[in-house]
Parts: sequence; C-alpha cells; structure tokens
Amino acid sequence: MKLRIQLIAGALALAAAAVSAPSAMAQAKEQFFPLLSYRTGPYAPNGTPWANGKQDYLKMINARDGGINGVKLTYEECETGYATDRGVECYERLKSHPGVALFDPQSTGITFALTEKAPVDKIPLITLGYGLSISQDGMAFKWNFPLQGSYWTGADIIIQAIAKREGGFDKLKGKKIALVYHDSPFGKEPIPLLQERARMNGFELQLLPVTAPGVEQKATWLQVRQSRPDYVMLWGWGVMNSTALKEAQATGYPRDKMYGVWWAGAEPDVKDVGEGAKGYHALALNTSGQQPKVMQDILKYVYAKGQGTGPKDDVGSVLYTRGVIIQMLSNEAVRTAQARFGKGKVMSGEQVRWGLENLNLTQAKLDALGFNGVMRPISTSCADHMGSTAARIETWDGKKWNITSDYIEADEQIIKPMVKAGAAKYLADKKMTPRTPADCQSEG
Amino acid sequence: MLYRENGQFKTTYRADQQIFPITQDRLFIGALLLVAFAAVPWLATDYFFNAILIPFLIFSLAAVGVNILVGYCGQISLGSGAFMAVGAYGAYNFMVRVPGMPLLVALILGGLCATLFGILFGLPSLRVKGLYLAVTTLAAQFFSDWMFLRISWLTNDSASGSVSVSNLQVFGLPLDSSLGKYFFCLSLLVVIALLAKNLVRGAIGREWMAIRDMDVAAAVIGIRPVYAKLSAFAVSSFIIGVAGALWAFVYLGTWEPAAFSVDQSFRLLFMVIIGGMGSIMGSFFGAGFIVILPIALSLSLPVLARLLGVSISTAGISHAELMVFGGLIVWFLIVEPHGLARLWSIGKQKLRLWPFPH
Repeated sequence: MKLRIQLIAGALALAAAAVSAPSAMAQAKEQFFPLLSYRTGPYAPNGTPWANGKQDYLKMINARDGGINGVKLTYEECETGYATDRGVECYERLKSHPGVALFDPQSTGITFALTEKAPVDKIPLITLGYGLSISQDGMAFKWNFPLQGSYWTGADIIIQAIAKREGGFDKLKGKKIALVYHDSPFGKEPIPLLQERARMNGFELQLLPVTAPGVEQKATWLQVRQSRPDYVMLWGWGVMNSTALKEAQATGYPRDKMYGVWWAGAEPDVKDVGEGAKGYHALALNTSGQQPKVMQDILKYVYAKGQGTGPKDDVGSVLYTRGVIIQMLSNEAVRTAQARFGKGKVMSGEQVRWGLENLNLTQAKLDALGFNGVMRPISTSCADHMGSTAARIETWDGKKWNITSDYIEADEQIIKPMVKAGAAKYLADKKMTPRTPADCQSEG
Repeated sequence: MLYRENGQFKTTYRADQQIFPITQDRLFIGALLLVAFAAVPWLATDYFFNAILIPFLIFSLAAVGVNILVGYCGQISLGSGAFMAVGAYGAYNFMVRVPGMPLLVALILGGLCATLFGILFGLPSLRVKGLYLAVTTLAAQFFSDWMFLRISWLTNDSASGSVSVSNLQVFGLPLDSSLGKYFFCLSLLVVIALLAKNLVRGAIGREWMAIRDMDVAAAVIGIRPVYAKLSAFAVSSFIIGVAGALWAFVYLGTWEPAAFSVDQSFRLLFMVIIGGMGSIMGSFFGAGFIVILPIALSLSLPVLARLLGVSISTAGISHAELMVFGGLIVWFLIVEPHGLARLWSIGKQKLRLWPFPH
C-alpha cells in the first residue's frame, strides 16, 4: 500500500516536472509583447496596417537577429475593435503572460482606462503620438510614454505651420480656424492648447464636433460653408477622414487650407478621395515608402519567406511604418534595459520602464537600425517621457504623400506650463504625490 | 428521480409563497451562492475576475433591470445604455462634488438620478406602445450621448470628456483588489436580484404583467396604467443606473460617453431576449451568453484551429467570432424563442420524469 502511494506520488511529481519544465525554460528566454489591435470595426482600415507593422518588425528581428541579445521575442494579438471594454479585457488577458514587456493600447480611450491600471500592475504603456497629453510629465505619470508627440504638440505644430504660411504669428490675428474633430477624448484632447493659442495669437477658434465614427458630417460642413473659416484642422480617425475630405470637396472648401493631425495623414484616409484630396496637408511623424533599410529587411526576412502579416504592397505605408517605429522603440527600450540589468535576460515591466525612460536614439543609432530619414532622433528622461516634439507637414498630391516642410518643433514655452498644471491637477484629484528625484534613479 | 416534488406538501401560506417552493431548487441556489461566495474566490485567477466575472455580474444586474421593464412590463426600451450612463455620471458627480461621499451612497444616488431620467423618458409610454416606444426611448439614448459630450459641467470640466474615479472604498475597506471588486459586485447583485424577484412576485409585479399582457383589460380591472408603467420605468432604471455606475467605477475606472453608446442598449436588450423575457433567472443566462460567449469563442477558436492544423489570423478570429455568435443567437431563438430561461425550465420538467419518461 505504502509503496503504491509512493509510486503514484513519484509519477505525479514526474508528470508535474515534465509539464512545468518546458514552460519554465520557455519563460526564461522570451520577451512577450501583447499586441492590442483592431482589424474589425469602423477603424479597421487604419488599425490593420498599424498592427501589421508591429508584428512584421517582431518577426523580422527574430529572423534576422534571433531576438534581442538572444532573447526571443514572442507576441499575441488581441482584437479590441477600438472598444474600451474589449481593450480592458485584452489587457487583463495578456498582462500576466510571462515576460510581458509593455502595452501599446492603440486607442486613446483604452489608454485612459489603462492609465489607472498600469501603475498597479507595473507595466509601462507606450502611446506614440496619442493618449493623454499631460502624461508627457514623467514626474507625475511614471508608467505612460507618449513618445514622439502628443495631441498638444501636434496642434501647436499645425498652428505654427499655418502662421508660417501666413507670414508670421501676428498675421493670425482675426483669422478664423475651425477644428473638425472626432467627438471623443481623442478629438477633444487638443482643444485646451488651441484655446490657449487662440488667446495668444488672436485667432478665432471654431469647434465643430463630428459624432463617432464620423460618417455623418453633413451638418458640420454646412457650418463650414456658412462661416468660411480660413483654415480647417481635421482631427479624425478611420472613416471620418475620407468622409471629411469628400464633404470638403462637395462643399467646395479648398483642400489645401485643411491640416490634419498625424492620424489623418495616411493612405486609407485619402486613397478613396484620390484627386479630390489633392493639396490636403497633414502632420507626418514619419515618412512612408519601402526604401529604408528596415523595410527592405522586413521584405527580405519576412515577406520573401511568405510569413508576412499583411499584403506586401502595404509594407512601408504611413501607418505601417508607424507600427514598425512603435515596435522598434519598444525593442530598444528592452535593449536599453538589458544593457543595465543584464544582457540576454528577460526584462520585467519595471525594467522595461527604466529602458523607456533612458532611451537615447541618436541619428547614428537610427541609421544603424535602418531608420535613416524615417524619423527624428529621440531621447527621453525621467522628467520627459516624450523624447521628441517635432513633426513635419506632408501633402497629398493625388497619388502619394510628399513631405513638404522641415521639422517643426512644438513650442515648449506654451506646452510645458500647461503640462505641469494639468499633471499637478491630475495628481491632486487622485490624491497622489509626484515622484521624487530619488525615484528616478531606481529601477522600479 | 432527483428532481421530484412528490411528498413536498405545503401546509402554510408561508411555505407556499416562498421564492423556491421546491427543496431541490433551494438546495441548488444555496449551493450556487456557496460556490460564488466561497469557492470561486479560491479558484478564479485575476484574469477571470477582472475580465469575465466582474463584467458578467454587472451586466447581469443591468439585465435584471431591463427585464423588469421589457420582460415584465412589456415596454420595449432601447434607452438602457442611457440609463446606465446617467447612473454612472450621476454617481461620479456626487463622488467628485461632495467631499467624503461614501461609495455605496453615491451608487444609490446615481441610481436615483437614473430613476428620474427613466421616468422622464418613460412618459411617452403612456401614449405609445411596442416598436413606437422603442423608437422614443432611443431619444433617451441620443439625448444622453449629447448631454455627456456637450455639458462639460457633468464631466467636471474634463478637457477630453473622459472622467475617472480612484481610491474607491466601501465601509473603509479599499476596493482595489479584484477579489474585493468581485465580492462587492456579487453582494450588490444578490441583494438587488432578491429585491427584484420579490417585487415581481408581489402586487406591483402582477400589475406590470397585467399591463404587459393586455393593458386595456388591466385598466378595466382597476390597474392604473400611468402608475404601473412609470413605476416599471423607475425601478428598472434605478437598477440599470446602479449597474452603469458599477460598470464605470469598478470595471472601467476611466470612461467616456462612448462606453454607454447605443451598442450597449442593444446588448442589454439582446440579453433579455436571449435569456428569457420575464424571468429574473433569464437575465443571468442572457448576460452570460452575451458577455462570456464572445470571450470564450475568441479564446477557444485559435486553439481549435491549431488542433485542426490551420492557423487563423486575428481578424479571422474576430470575424469568425461574430459569425458564430450571430449564428448561435439565430439558432437559439429558433429552437427556443422564449429564451434560455425557458430551456432551463424545460430541463427541470424533464428531470421530474427522469429516468422513466412516459
């Protein structure tokens, strides 16, 4: 009897070891990237290339370099459909996966919901070019990283571009600028900055909301027809952008007086309108095209082997490139963290956070990574979670996007006090205290 | 054999009028509560709590509310999302504006805001019925969408229109762990579902059902339609409002008006139709079907595909999920138009004769 129990116990122990051993081994060497994406719903045409870019870059790094310093990169996609509740579900599903590095929620609404949860779970969020504008302040938002720019920097750059075109900020006085925006946190975020700018530069700001998802804009453009603003800023996403351009065409509003945010400046936004969108300007965080070395590598190591995530022609499109950039920055954060906490090890969320806070991608490093000319160098710090505030203007010529300006830096003198004040109010509302300088040194 | 009521004689009115007159039912419910309160906290993981159980509980609560209005009183409503939103933003405003406001009181006050809103938008029900009423309640939905996007006072002048709550406490205990949130939602659900069950068994529930079955006849026998319809709107929107506040406070934490869009109204209506109109039990089935099934499908489809040796893309999964889900709804409603609750009671009926059906 006793022998039998021992035998059974031994067998059980063996079975347990057999089951747990491979997974323990796998855990040791895999950095996991949860990929929240939306390939269905009204925003799918824009969400899909973005998601493909992230996935293809991961595949390419695994195929070309065998991961980061020998740590293999794994991923799992979770479909959110751009809905906040589904996004929260995805986050909960993927956050406890071993080796989880960081989240890119891919939606402003989901970012808002996760901003509360990330500090508890100690997982950083990167929100490249979207999310909460005040989270630029790393002393208040320890876990948020709006790399490359926020809606406030974007709005400021558009105003600067318009001023330049008019011949100086003093020429903006008495002008009328309309903001046609997606009626959601995404669209409303730039308003405080624009109001500040309107007060400073003396232009009149007209706010024209469009109900999500944005296919119904007749009333909005009727207002544009009535009030004839000097410029229209387009703060749209997905189907809203092409609809707005079609409506502008129908209204007879000159397209070259329209400036879109960087989420309104990709191929799906203008392709259907084609010639009708000719002259339309938008902000560009990155270039497009298949010439950069990184795209060539993706074609060579992923698509040539038939493992591409999407159609080959989409590689290098604006949003695809943005997905690649986001994944590259995530990888580099892991690499930076590894340089401090141990090469060839799987980084924890806290360590990746440190890596994100100490990113320093110089032009030379970007060139080495194959991103020559694609984007601006970026360098973050404990206090500055954005790293770069510049963007260029691109213009649609009826067939493709062309970069038509130099990099324009957002005006820190306006944005900084607003970020400080907003972050202070946020902390006060939540009854939290800002981080101490000592906290910046810590890895946690 | 197992489910026999032979020999269970009721000798008092009390025994005859209890919620579950059959011993087996009482045992089953007792066991279910025991599992929910004692076993689940041991077994469930963090993901289960945060992503499945808590949404399920909150939507069950909302479905109970919708069932009172749609199932018991027969007033088809497409404004349930709006009632949820009013509950959520009402509770939020009480939390933000009144210092030291306890969470429970804020939830109840939020529910009361929803009650007022519900009564207001229930007024058309005195004149129009059926599909016409459904369309007028859509007005509530659009009005609330507009109100919470445009009136910045209601969102505490938040620049982006999204609001958040934090440091939630119940009786001095912080509500930050998933277990705590689960217990909180579960307790509220049990209390409110019990109250609702008793309400629909009592005089007022009978009035609602009389109005549902034939309002003219009900009026003839002395039931005041104004009172019955508006009380159904009031009770239902109170419960939906509390559920909305829970959805915003406990599940999302930070939310925007889009969290309570017209989609939410449709989902709630589907829960009631699929779960079973006029059945408190059906509300739980409906919520389970609508909340859990898509998640279960999205988790199981990739595994299933791998077993069959094919790989399936994320987009493919979510499309397949929609198709399977839609197909199941159609199939269920053809097989049992009275909802899952009816299937449940058929099952019980069959069990009475088992194993010797005649």
